[in-house]
Amino acid sequence: MPTKIEKDTVSGQDTTGHEWDGVKELNTPLPTWWVYTFYATIAFAVVYSALYPSWPWLTGHTQGLLGYSSRTELSVVLAEQAKARSKFVDKIRATPLADIRKEPELFNFALAGGRSAFQTNCLQCHGSGGAGSPGFPNLVDDEWLWGGTIDQIYTTIQHGIRNADDKSRQSLMPRFGVDGVLTAAQVAAVTDYVLSLSGRGKATPEGAKIWQEQCVACHKADGKGNQELGAPNLTDGIWLYGGDRDTIYRTIFYARNGSMPAWDTRLDDATMKMLAIYVHSLGGGR
Amino acid sequence: MDARLQNEDAVSLRTRKAELPLYISRIKVYPRAIKGLWRRVKWVVLVVLLGLYYVVPWLRWDRGPNAPDQAILLDLDGRRGWLFDIVIWPQEIYFVTGLLILGAFGLFFATALFGRVWCGFACPQTVWTDLFMLVERLIEGDRNERMRLDRLPMSASKAARKGLKHIVWLAIAAATGGAWVFYYVDAPSTLVKIFRGEASLEVYVFIGLLTATTYTLAGWAREQVCTYMCPWPRFQAAMLDEQSVIVTYQKWRGEPRGKHKAGASWDGRGDCVDCNLCVAVCPTGIDIRDGQQIECIGCGLCIDACNQTMSKVNRPPNLILWDTLANQQAKEKGVGGAAWRPLRPRTLLYATLLVVVSAVMLGAFWLRTDIELTVQRDRSPNFVRLSNGDIRNSYAVKILNKSRDEQHLQLAVQGLPGAAIGFVGVDIQGGTAGTRLFVHPDSVGTFRIFLTVPAGSAPSGSKSIQFSVSDTTSQTHASHESVFVGPAR
Repeated sequence: MPTKIEKDTVSGQDTTGHEWDGVKELNTPLPTWWVYTFYATIAFAVVYSALYPSWPWLTGHTQGLLGYSSRTELSVVLAEQAKARSKFVDKIRATPLADIRKEPELFNFALAGGRSAFQTNCLQCHGSGGAGSPGFPNLVDDEWLWGGTIDQIYTTIQHGIRNADDKSRQSLMPRFGVDGVLTAAQVAAVTDYVLSLSGRGKATPEGAKIWQEQCVACHKADGKGNQELGAPNLTDGIWLYGGDRDTIYRTIFYARNGSMPAWDTRLDDATMKMLAIYVHSLGGGR
Repeated sequence: MDARLQNEDAVSLRTRKAELPLYISRIKVYPRAIKGLWRRVKWVVLVVLLGLYYVVPWLRWDRGPNAPDQAILLDLDGRRGWLFDIVIWPQEIYFVTGLLILGAFGLFFATALFGRVWCGFACPQTVWTDLFMLVERLIEGDRNERMRLDRLPMSASKAARKGLKHIVWLAIAAATGGAWVFYYVDAPSTLVKIFRGEASLEVYVFIGLLTATTYTLAGWAREQVCTYMCPWPRFQAAMLDEQSVIVTYQKWRGEPRGKHKAGASWDGRGDCVDCNLCVAVCPTGIDIRDGQQIECIGCGLCIDACNQTMSKVNRPPNLILWDTLANQQAKEKGVGGAAWRPLRPRTLLYATLLVVVSAVMLGAFWLRTDIELTVQRDRSPNFVRLSNGDIRNSYAVKILNKSRDEQHLQLAVQGLPGAAIGFVGVDIQGGTAGTRLFVHPDSVGTFRIFLTVPAGSAPSGSKSIQFSVSDTTSQTHASHESVFVGPAR
């Protein structure tokens, strides 16, 4: 407890009245501007906590008189951005895919919008640059399973591949080994034949015979495949699951039936159009 | 009234502060009006600088259609700096850095030669404070009247005079903030919009901000800005030496000081009659006779004050003057004087730096081209193997067209024999002659370019190549280094 406030003889200042073992404390007041700034912050805090969400409660918190919420603010910002973009987005919706290319401004907008949508929805499988990975096609090269024209790409994005969508791209490679259509030796023979299509090794007559019986329906007699059925070209250097002997053997034995979701349930038409334009521009577009 | 009597109560801040406790409020300075050479110089500098500041945004410059007609405009919205016929892009912000470096070295150079001339004459704080003090003097009167007015209890006439002063101050401050904004937006149209309430929020915020700072700093804070806020006085000592010309009191001539009766002898005493006029006129409230001190801004008003008194008592002028410490020390020792040496290692170094930086900037400016090319190679994927085995790399090519004409540029690649150039986009024409890229005036063209080489001639790993764009008719040319990556063999 303060006992006796007295004037310090050396400095001429008042003491606080506190004394410890004969040591007295000078009362050196805070600068006035500092004190008033401190009071101002207290006043600010009172006003702020009344206006904005602030005090926690047992089940939630005070809402504040302004009814502010950062979620509402975000939705307003998002709506504003959608409105700012609507000039182009509406035009993209209304323009046929082939004609978007003809308008530089619209085309550039579609490229940017498609890139953004790709980075959100597609890169998980196809990679950030569209280079894919085993089982997930490379979109940058010039080989296409289901066709590389802009309309074919658009359809693939819309309905996907081998999914529950009515219009999804459908085809089924048989499980030649697992289902007992071919014996292991026969699979090995046709594997050699497939390798020979891309100029690797020599095929046996047995392999050629099995090829003629089992494979040409989809992959065509020359092995160049059929984009109607998503049957890949087996004569070039591009392999979705890998082009070495073991992988090709496994592909024939167990079959491969990759799937891609239908995006028209998740994305709007303009976004899918922009995606098609972007994917088409990556370098492989026909 | 006799100057000697009028200023007897003027005591330097240093003396008064020494008598006061640790925490004190500001001791208000009431600078007295003075006439003289340096006061005239300061008025001229003030008129020229404020004139430039307020007039420059209104200068017009015809640049043709689709370009602003303001001679000097820093268009932050449009991301262009317009300086008469020069257009600066954000990519060339290093020119601004260069100007700031030049400004800093210029300041060091001037300080090494003439002390704090910047502080005393050209600093905005000094110039606007001078203007605000002029307003104050015209409305409330000179030093003694202002001191008397402040001591009087509040009355209608005091309130009217004080109120009028603050209104004029605020008007000047608002004009200052407004003029600042005009450097960033079109001045004539924005002025109209400001008064109609149609200008952007940013415009009003910045006018408000600069009005508040001008009013506070020039009206209220004044010398406290120089003494406590500004970093420059703190390290200017590093630029000064005994050869710098600074405002100096000639102690050897002035001391011992004392009152002097008319007709009395001058023998055995100094020329300083202790009239305190030098203290009364000082805008920072110091006594120059205490020697060099951090508060002195080197404005020279005490020189004018002292010369006025010296002529009244019929003594030679320049008891306070611009001089070097070296000369003063020599005179104090009675060895005549020391000639001023403006050429010293320090000043030569600053001058050299000024010349070098200016030369670099001029060189960079001279080599500036209308078009600029940048190429960024896609690294995801690093390269693409096509179905026939060819290897392809893709590149994001950007062309900055700083000219006012549309550019039709021929793209070529050096260092990669057999490469085919492919592209995506509508601003491109491919043909037998190569690839032509179209870039709109005053804009950036972005292109996606593919380079494809047959499997056999693809490099193993990375290979340096060079992209170039050129226009044979307009002789414009730009190039950029990049690499082509093939599969490692």
